[in-house]
Amino acid sequence: MTGWTEHRGLAAALDIANVDTDQLIPARFMSTPRSGDYGQFLLHDLRFDRNGDPRPDFPINRHPEVNILIGRRNFGSGSSREAAVYALIDFGIRAVIAPSFGDIFAANSINNGLLPALMSERKVTDIITWLDGDSAVFYLNIEKRKIMFDDQTISFTLSDASAQKLINGWDDIDLTEHHRPAIMAYRAQRAKTQPWVFPAQETAG
Amino acid sequence: MTTLLDKLWSAHEIRRSEDGRSLLWVDRHLVHEGSNHAFAKLATRVASIAEPGLTFGVVDHYAPTRGTTASPAIAQMIKTLESNAKRHGMTCFGLNDPRQGIVHVIGPEQGLTLPGLLVNCGDSHTSTHGAFGALAFGIGATEVAHVLATQTIWQSRPKSMRITVSGNLQPGVGAKDLALAWIAKLGADGAQGHAIEYAGDSVRRLSMEGRMTLCNLSIEGGARFGMVAPDETTFAYVKGRPYAPSGQTFERAQVYWETLKSETNAEFDLDISLDAAEIAPIVTWGTSPEDALPVTATVPSPANLSGTNAERVAAAIDYMGLVPGRALTEIQIDQVFIGSCTNARIEDLRAAAAILVGRHAKVPGLVSPGSQQIKVQAEAEGLDHIFTDAGLEWVGVGCSMCVAMNGDHVAPGKRCASTTNRNFRGRQGRDARTHLMSPAMVAAAAVTGYLTDVRPLLTERNAI
Repeated sequence: MTGWTEHRGLAAALDIANVDTDQLIPARFMSTPRSGDYGQFLLHDLRFDRNGDPRPDFPINRHPEVNILIGRRNFGSGSSREAAVYALIDFGIRAVIAPSFGDIFAANSINNGLLPALMSERKVTDIITWLDGDSAVFYLNIEKRKIMFDDQTISFTLSDASAQKLINGWDDIDLTEHHRPAIMAYRAQRAKTQPWVFPAQETAG
Repeated sequence: MTTLLDKLWSAHEIRRSEDGRSLLWVDRHLVHEGSNHAFAKLATRVASIAEPGLTFGVVDHYAPTRGTTASPAIAQMIKTLESNAKRHGMTCFGLNDPRQGIVHVIGPEQGLTLPGLLVNCGDSHTSTHGAFGALAFGIGATEVAHVLATQTIWQSRPKSMRITVSGNLQPGVGAKDLALAWIAKLGADGAQGHAIEYAGDSVRRLSMEGRMTLCNLSIEGGARFGMVAPDETTFAYVKGRPYAPSGQTFERAQVYWETLKSETNAEFDLDISLDAAEIAPIVTWGTSPEDALPVTATVPSPANLSGTNAERVAAAIDYMGLVPGRALTEIQIDQVFIGSCTNARIEDLRAAAAILVGRHAKVPGLVSPGSQQIKVQAEAEGLDHIFTDAGLEWVGVGCSMCVAMNGDHVAPGKRCASTTNRNFRGRQGRDARTHLMSPAMVAAAAVTGYLTDVRPLLTERNAI
């Protein structure tokens, strides 16, 4: 994963609350290998009608070049499927701005270089009202926790840990390797004080 | 001052980074067919998984419930898990294993889930295992790969939250109603960023099955973690399970487990109280678990609401094909589903069977037990015949129609009364309409063909 600090791109609103991960990617597409293009599945059943034709008025159909989404509360709630993030990333989305995110979705986003930027409900409403169904060029900066568009500058919230990961593009497995001695010491101590947490290999079927 | 969360967190913390994240030890890692992305990611990095003895696989998400797998792609998902398990030397409860079942059912059933453990699984309903006083939470594929490679996970500590429920639940009202009641009150994001501890005498009186249902649904209110402090009910459930400690080790473990509770003066970031006596049987009417109301209520009217909430409710009513202001009990259903990690344990099947015995279902439906062992037990109790005599289908074990990955799904536009956990758009199949409720309430809906208050059916039964 490559780190990033700033991004300039096209923003559009997805003015729907509770966009859960089942909507971001319906379960039936999830047996697709990661090498496939998950972007085609993004919001599939909202974006395409039952014949598979695009609904022309759906935001990401109207603005196929969008790479910053402005969403409503509880974005990415529901299942832990990381495929929801793959669908956003493969479609080209770099950041989602919303009043609240599903906890697991937010963690998955950070792990894939997608910025989940928290912003108050009122500020989000102001932006959606200002966009008025159109798209516009936004600039966003993770270090400064700011987005800029038109003549406006608005702050968003992101934890330091998440910001560092996005900026550095860190891979946790590499990071954790540095702690191997501490992990092994913990394991030995745990086996000694709470031996029952290591189950005996079962003998009977 | 210490909470159960504090105790479990510090017991697993190996390191804390400067940015405040904790490196936590993982005691149990449960994987399923959907973990394929993580195994694929891992294959390019490390040769083997860190702790095959602490990693357990099970086939559930794609498991067929009626004969063979629905497609070659689905068969491949199952095969991939089984071959990954073999390659890494970990135990896998495959399709033909008598221990197979839904991951959040078999973990506790096999004694893999114990008080005080940290349990991870690439599934959001991992909060279920918190019913034992474990730190259990769902993770994404990148995190699954990390746990496989290191048996640890980096995590920021959530805020603490307590939901205290006091008083007696009415007959016909159970853990599912309790969960939907608080989610309706606080919203589907009401507990985001928090770990919930369920407390109070009503929670203490719940069986382990009930506690699992309650903790399972924590994620539907936004919480990644749900917990109940372990007690005699917990210890009695755990004792004698295949992977649980036995003899003196069990006694030693229990001494430690008894310390796993919040101190009486512990403070929580969020503290909520509910009166159990006020909770009626609940059904969902919309497309989020927060869209839940007592079955005696009416479909909300967007006209009485304002702003984005009015738009959201109107969209949900439109998708669900409902009429604002109409009684919920006037909603006619097409089918029922009894199953899932939320409500497919033996107690759930008994509760549904108690309503269905000697009655006929007006609509078709599936009953899918949560594990092979539950299936065997239910059949020994004759529950399968109660379901089939009522006209429902007694099928195999898996996630089935809850997640609609294995071929079981609700057809477009059809309406299903379901014991599952998500009424999201398209969750049970494209354009499917889902109403969530307890197993007894699903059974009542099957009997009448409408959303129905189960309580009169219980009274009639008692009068016989």
